Amino acid sequence: MDRIPILRMGEFLLVTIQVDMHDQLALALQDDLSERISKTAARGVLIDISALDMVDSFIGRMIGTISAQSRIMDAHTVVVGMQPEVAITLVELGLTLPGVSTALDVERGMKLLRQRVASE
Amino acid sequence: MAELRQRTLDVLGKNQKWLLDEWNRDLSGSGVGNDNRIGKDELGQQTAEFLDLMIRGATQGGGTGIGTAAWGDVRAFLEALSRSRALQGFDSLQTANFIFSIKRPLFALLQRELGDEPALLAEQLWAISEILDSLGMHTVNSFQKSREDVIRRQQEELLELSTPVIKLWDGVLALPMIGTLDSQRTQVVMESLLQRIVETGAEIAIIDITGVPTVDTLVAQHLLKTVTAIRLMGADCIISGVRPQIAQTIVHLGLDLQGIVTKANLADALAMALRRNGLSVVKG
Repeated sequence: MDRIPILRMGEFLLVTIQVDMHDQLALALQDDLSERISKTAARGVLIDISALDMVDSFIGRMIGTISAQSRIMDAHTVVVGMQPEVAITLVELGLTLPGVSTALDVERGMKLLRQRVASE
Repeated sequence: MAELRQRTLDVLGKNQKWLLDEWNRDLSGSGVGNDNRIGKDELGQQTAEFLDLMIRGATQGGGTGIGTAAWGDVRAFLEALSRSRALQGFDSLQTANFIFSIKRPLFALLQRELGDEPALLAEQLWAISEILDSLGMHTVNSFQKSREDVIRRQQEELLELSTPVIKLWDGVLALPMIGTLDSQRTQVVMESLLQRIVETGAEIAIIDITGVPTVDTLVAQHLLKTVTAIRLMGADCIISGVRPQIAQTIVHLGLDLQGIVTKANLADALAMALRRNGLSVVKG
C-alpha cells in the first residue's frame, strides 16, 4: 500500500499530500505522523494540501484530528495551501476546524511555525 | 380548422397595397410610431414585410395551423419583431396590437369583395381571424420570452457588478458588499474572494458591509461561513462598515460574532491591516 511521505526539515516535519486522499491513506498518515513526531521530537508539522482538490467529511475530520494529536505531543500544526473549493466544502460540511492554524503557502506556513515555536 | 379559399387569397394578393395603406393609417392613428422609439419608415417597412410574408404563408400553408413549416418565415419575423419591441420598451399590449390592428382593414376588404356570398364570407372571416389570433398569441409569447431573457441577463449582470474584489494594498483585498445577502450571492462572493486570495496571496481580506441594508440571522450565518472559509485558506478577515443599527440588531438577535474582527468603517479596517503587515502611514 502506498504511503504519504513525511519529510524532516530541522525541527519540523513536512507532509505534502499530492495524491487523492482515501480513508485508508488518511489513517495510515495519522499513524505514521504520530510515530515520526515521537521519534524525531519535532516541534512543528506543516501539511501542504495545495494539490488536494476534493475533500469529504472524513478527510476534513482527519485534518482536525492530526492537529489535535500533534498538539498533545507538543508539536504545532499548520495546514497550508487550501484550495477555495476545499475551503467552501469544509465550511458547508460544518467543519470549521477550530484550533487548526492555516497559512496561504508553505513559505508563510514555515514563518508561522517558527514564530509559534519561538514564542514558547 | 377552416381553410382559406383560393378566392380569398386572390383578393388579398390583389388588394395588398390598399390593405397596407389602411393598416398603416390605423397604426399611426392608434399612437404607435408617433414617439421616437420607432420611426414611421421603420414601421411601414415592418407592416409591408409582415403582410408580404403572411400572404405567402397563407398561400403555401393554406388552412394548416401556424405551427407548420409554411409559416416558418412569419414566425421568425414575429419573433424578431417582438424581441426588438421588448428591447425598445414597448409593453405587450402595444406589441400585440401590431398584429390585431390589421383585422379592421382586412375584414372590411373581405366584406366588400365577398359580400355576395355570406356563407363563404363568414367562413373566411373565421379562418383569417383564427390565423391572426394565433399569430398574435405567438407574438405575445415571444415578447414575454425576450422580456424574461432581458430580466435574467440583468440579474446575472447585477450579481457580477455587485461583487467586485478590490486590491487596497499589497496583501490587502477589500470586498464592498452592496444589497441584500442571500445564499446565492454569498456563494458568488465567497468564490470570487477566495479565488482572488489564491491569485494574489493576500493575507488580509476586508469585507465591507456598509451597503448591506439589514443583517439578520441568515445574513450573519452567511458572513460567518465566508469568514471561516477565508481562515481555512490561511488568510485573515476583517468585517467593516458595521452601522450602529446593525450592531444593535446583531446584539438583539444574540448572534455570536466571536472570533471575527469587526470595524466601524473601511478606513479603520485598512489601518489595522497595514499595522498587521508592519506598515505605518506617515505625514509627508
